Amino acid sequence: MTQPSREVLQKLTPVLTKRWLSPDAWKIDTYERLDGYLAVKKALEVHPDDLIQLIKDSGLRGRGGAGFPTGLKWGFIPQGDGKPHYLVINADEGEPGTCKDLPLMTWDPHSLVEGAIIAAYAIRAARAYIYIRGEAVHAARRLRNAVKEAYAKGYLGENILGSGFDLDLVVHSGAGAYICGEETALLDSLEGFRGQPRLRPPFPAVAGLYASPTVVNNVGTIASVPYIVLGGADWWKSMGTEKSSGPMIYSLSGRVANPGQYECGLGITLRELLELAGGMKPGHTLKFWTPGGSSTPLLTAEHIDTPMDFEGVAAAGSILGTTAMQIFSDQDCPVYATWRWLEFYHHESCGKCTPCREGNYWMVRTYRRILSGEGTYQDLDTLQDTADNIFGRAFCGLGDGAATPVVSTLKWFRQDYLDYIEGRTAPRLSAKTLVGAH
Amino acid sequence: MTDTTVDFSPAAAPLAAELLEPALEIIARYPAGRERSALLPLLHLVQTREGFVSPAGVAFCADVLGINKAQVGAVATFYTMYKRKPTGDYLVSVCTNTLCNVMGGQEVYDELVEHLGVGHDETTADGKITLEHAECLAACDYAPVVTVNYDYAIDQATPAGAVELAEQLRRDERPVLPRGARICTLKEMQHQLAGFNDEREGAVADGRPGAPTLRGVTLAQEHGIAVAGFNTDTPITTTKPARDEGAKAVPDGKVQRPAPEKTGPLAKAVTAVKAAVGAVAEKTHRAGDVKDPESRTAEQRNVDAKTPGPGSQQPTPQPENAAEAAGVAKNQPAGDGKPAGDTERPASAPADTTKNSGQGETK
Repeated sequence: MTQPSREVLQKLTPVLTKRWLSPDAWKIDTYERLDGYLAVKKALEVHPDDLIQLIKDSGLRGRGGAGFPTGLKWGFIPQGDGKPHYLVINADEGEPGTCKDLPLMTWDPHSLVEGAIIAAYAIRAARAYIYIRGEAVHAARRLRNAVKEAYAKGYLGENILGSGFDLDLVVHSGAGAYICGEETALLDSLEGFRGQPRLRPPFPAVAGLYASPTVVNNVGTIASVPYIVLGGADWWKSMGTEKSSGPMIYSLSGRVANPGQYECGLGITLRELLELAGGMKPGHTLKFWTPGGSSTPLLTAEHIDTPMDFEGVAAAGSILGTTAMQIFSDQDCPVYATWRWLEFYHHESCGKCTPCREGNYWMVRTYRRILSGEGTYQDLDTLQDTADNIFGRAFCGLGDGAATPVVSTLKWFRQDYLDYIEGRTAPRLSAKTLVGAH
Repeated sequence: MTDTTVDFSPAAAPLAAELLEPALEIIARYPAGRERSALLPLLHLVQTREGFVSPAGVAFCADVLGINKAQVGAVATFYTMYKRKPTGDYLVSVCTNTLCNVMGGQEVYDELVEHLGVGHDETTADGKITLEHAECLAACDYAPVVTVNYDYAIDQATPAGAVELAEQLRRDERPVLPRGARICTLKEMQHQLAGFNDEREGAVADGRPGAPTLRGVTLAQEHGIAVAGFNTDTPITTTKPARDEGAKAVPDGKVQRPAPEKTGPLAKAVTAVKAAVGAVAEKTHRAGDVKDPESRTAEQRNVDAKTPGPGSQQPTPQPENAAEAAGVAKNQPAGDGKPAGDTERPASAPADTTKNSGQGETK
């Protein structure tokens, strides 16, 4: 394994991941020794509007995938409307490939709690929820412990640090539904319903949880807030690019020598990240990869120098998403990979919108046929047509996400499909999985 | 809160005897008038006793929240973690989503199927292990991964390693998990999923981050790389005094609630239970009740061309009695036409009496 060059090493920006090296950072005493809860004290000394302006100035954008400017989102909350406001933190991490929020909540849970207090104060919310994925039990365990400790120390509850600001923070476990990572489905789920997306507008900023103004932010977004409050907007902007500021946790998985979490300024390239990760696994050559989870169009080896920021990835025809980079090699079959993702989308489609519910059902079956060696040329047209008819025709992004790997693999790897159809590749599935495919 | 007797329906009564107290604790986490938010944790709670959501568990949730069983059932069947049949002591989940799959997760799962003689969502005859293939478990840098009762159990799993783990679990040996807490049973885990702290001595402290988690930050440390210019005293630009009227939050139901004991969840539960064990005539009334949140939701979500859309600020039809009218006025529809709250009353109104009198009229 070759050592990364000094130049590439300099691109590492340990900010949100820094405390992970301290084994007891999840305890409040240790956290406080490591600059913990300093930001809350500082934030409660200024007017909420000034905090919103600070976040706007920092250029912080949502870390959950869409990259919406956080300060702008906070600013959308109508003030003086006489309604309760809510802060809801989306900790329903489940996008295939994404594994950055769970470690953050497990090894440094107080940073999320502290960010939640500041964010709730800024938008004038007296109640905040962390909606955490049900399966994330150890992260939830640590988070609940952190909330308990924060109450005991007066960082949560009534009249926080004598400021007159009250906040209740509830950690709410989900129950196994990928769709609840979509913000309006999450709100429905939090209200005790099936997690199904809502029509927008109105947006959650106007009518969110309990039809009240609500900010829904990702874990990484909220955990960034204390650092911006402490270090200032200009310091934050010293990392990343002009339009995509700050550090980002890149999650490398798959056929790389050292998979893991690499926090770097936005705009780093896959080539540089691979250098940090010690290159590809021996014997493997890069073939295709997801820039930010399976719902973002696949990229190929030719995109290795694409800047991994919101603009750079968009220019390459994909989406930055959650910077969950799943790396596949020449030994992995894009058709098989896409089939497996579609089984996932088919299982997780909430059933609200017909194109997504039915389209995924049929695309899965078409893939099974192709992978069983019984595919036809028409199947490729059917897949393209089905995907085109799902894309943009569902309430939320799940349908788009499902169509995405289909369209991108048909674009980049048509030959791999043809190899199954024309018998050059041995079938991967047996004919017994074909029930209902014809 | 526990000194009041609640008459649960016969199906729910046995569970209620054990679970009413924690159930009320769960409900109290949410604002008054928003008790339905407690439904997901309550469904986890019933699994602490039964290991799955049984018809009795559905009845219990319905009774305690004052909603009907169909509404609970609709939610319980939507989420993967609510099991439909009895489970074993240990839920072994193997990630077979794309990345884990190509890294060997499928072989791990197939080997376990072969070895244990059960398929997806099935339990071994000795009642020890329920097996499932799972979708992305959010630990892709450790692929392929296996969890036991949702705690990460094996990283870079192999078929042989998974079989060994399964055999240990069948003997009730509980191996130490590198990145999770000490193993408990699935039913015990449901208690935490219902939102309660893990009270086991030392369990919160268990686990250490693995090498992949720390890879980037360790690399930075080894090479002395830090982000320059981080000064915690950097001032925040201020334009107005820290405290003014505009800085204040409006409290929600919890703070506004005038007399929690009278309008709280327990009183609501009592009302709901009485309603549930009522006569057939009353049930008929319930089913057609326009106030019923789910049916109201359905009506508003399926508007026809003549009905104003959700964004048009058109008020919902006014109910007959004054208290309800106040409720509707305070709860204008959300964007998708859902009622603003999940209940039909405002937090501060004596709504239980309203509901009661409404049902009384039909008797």
